[in-house]
Amino acid sequence: MALQIFTYILHKDGVIDDTALEMVAAAGKIDPAASITAIVVGSKTDAVCNSLIASFKEVWKIDNDALSYPNSEVIRGLLTRVIPKGSTLLFALDPFGMDIGPGLSIKLEGAYVPDAVGFNGIEGGKLKVVRQEYSGQVSTHVLCDISGGAVLTIRPGAFRAVEADAAGGTVIDKTADAMTGGLPGGARRYIEVVQAEVGDVDITKSEILVSVGRGIGEQENIDIIKELAKAVGGDVSCSRPIVDAKWLEKSRQVGTSGQTVKPKVYMALGISGSFQHLGGIKGSPFMVVVNKNPKAPIFQVADIGVVEDLLEFVPLLTEKINELK
Amino acid sequence: MEILVCVKRVPDTAENEISVNSSGSDIERGDLVYSVNEWDNYAVEEAIQIRDKVGGSVTVVSVGDAESEEVLRREMAMGADKGILLSDDAFAGSDGKGLATILKAEILKGKYDLVLTGAQADDGAGQIGGMLAAMLDWPYASLVNRVELLDDKKIKIGREIAGGNQEINEIDLPCVLSIQTGINEPRYVGIRGIRKVASVEIPVHGASELGLNADSVGKTSAKVSRVDYFVPVLGKGAELLEGSIEEKVEKLVELLKSKGGIK
Ligand SMILES: Cc1cc2nc3c(=O)[nH]c(=O)nc-3n(C[C@H](O)[C@H](O)[C@H](O)COP(=O)(O)OP(=O)(O)OC[C@H]3O[C@@H](n4cnc5c(N)ncnc54)[C@H](O)[C@@H]3O)c2cc1C
Repeated sequence: MALQIFTYILHKDGVIDDTALEMVAAAGKIDPAASITAIVVGSKTDAVCNSLIASFKEVWKIDNDALSYPNSEVIRGLLTRVIPKGSTLLFALDPFGMDIGPGLSIKLEGAYVPDAVGFNGIEGGKLKVVRQEYSGQVSTHVLCDISGGAVLTIRPGAFRAVEADAAGGTVIDKTADAMTGGLPGGARRYIEVVQAEVGDVDITKSEILVSVGRGIGEQENIDIIKELAKAVGGDVSCSRPIVDAKWLEKSRQVGTSGQTVKPKVYMALGISGSFQHLGGIKGSPFMVVVNKNPKAPIFQVADIGVVEDLLEFVPLLTEKINELK
Repeated sequence: MEILVCVKRVPDTAENEISVNSSGSDIERGDLVYSVNEWDNYAVEEAIQIRDKVGGSVTVVSVGDAESEEVLRREMAMGADKGILLSDDAFAGSDGKGLATILKAEILKGKYDLVLTGAQADDGAGQIGGMLAAMLDWPYASLVNRVELLDDKKIKIGREIAGGNQEINEIDLPCVLSIQTGINEPRYVGIRGIRKVASVEIPVHGASELGLNADSVGKTSAKVSRVDYFVPVLGKGAELLEGSIEEKVEKLVELLKSKGGIK
């Protein structure tokens, strides 16, 4: 029997997130014959729902003024009321998916697999999932018993978006069912979103980024990165641990929880290449990597790799460039 | 405030090259340096700071083998008051739900106001906190990067969302939070501190102490299990520059010039 797969649609200000059609691709990989239903939760979602019927046969809508901000504790309660037990549910792995997924799997009594990057078919009720561990240094195959239902989070970018050929789908209003018993999840109350601080440089506009990661070792070593950036006429950016350590401002962090950059040239120095970091680099820049570990995942996505200690290599590089001038 | 922090002993990826063993059954564990999961360290620091403000105690707990004791001691050297090791052969092969079941049993033995986990550990799953909360019927928030105490019934938290923005929520106690890196600056732990707690007794609780049915945890209960490890192929791979370090520098300068990497 074909699987019943629900995919949760992220949307904001009436705009559907890019991950929506990636979920369609992921669902198709799980089971090409699956019937896929989109779930839209929010307030004033008609436009979103109507544009999804081009891609989904069925769109379930839960629409209420109280749902204008996606509070995952509230939405978990609503979904628990309407999703049939035994279903497979997909969420994009983003701060909402991470928030709702594990608890929802418990409430639906299904299995939970986080951060899936690939699927290798179903055998005997078990779905074979590809995941990564150790910041992408190794991959694993995981078997997940989906016979009693499952919640999976899907890594954004791991599946190429496809338009499902189900034009002419219908929107089914599930609001009344979902709201029976009132608004759930009252123990966590959303207050507001505080926008990230704006820094002294806007790295999203930089053409050349000299980006530094944990491999720099010590705070005082950051100077060699600044000197290289000056020599090449670029800006300094960084990975998250550098910001966590308060060695550089948050506004210089590249990645899913930082800035999305689109430079022409990106130099990654002492950065391993986690998907959260790489997720912030768009537009396929010419990427140069300096890392002393030849197995660092970032070598796989870079154009040019240098296996060296950056503390030795970077000053030599800066010196050579300055000689040219 | 009575606070419990769940911690895990993991291979330190900043110190190790992780590789897959010849049969693909595991990673090479021979020369690995282990430490406490990076995220958990922030969670313990946060717990200590809260306790120091309002009183109470911090307990660190880990599901693992005897070697996990060393990370419990490390976190006690940081300032946690108590450590508990949850260990039993019956726990082996547990999936996320199994681990959450074990932790829940320990939590219900105490009277905690706040349970913290790291946002994720070495397997990048980030699942234990959310599962625990759902099992306990406590509210949950993930990726917490700010905690503000309001009164003894509720706290205000910030969670990290896309683009470095922060979502502010009020959440009732008791609750479970998963803590994101950067929330604080975890204090340094010296050899001296570790020595001080070297002889403190760490109770070990197994399935029977926790009142757990052996088939509610471990391999038999697991709906999710790892089959093998392999080395991923992400892209075509970089062209590696060869030669002496000076030669590499020269080659890179030429490449950067031709690609607009030098203004
Ligand atoms: C929800 C969430 C959001 C996240 N968001 C982001 C984000 O926006 N941006 C981000 O960057 N991360 C983010 N992360 C963190 C991410 O998972 C990784 O932990 C982080 O990217 C690792 O940074 P790194 O590569 O600098 O450090 P590591 O992974 O520790 O890598 C350091 C690298 O330096 C190399 N190295 C060490 N010494 C030297 C030397 N002397 N010379 C040359 N190379 C050396 C090592 O071989 C290693 O490859 C997020 C994580 C979570 C859970």
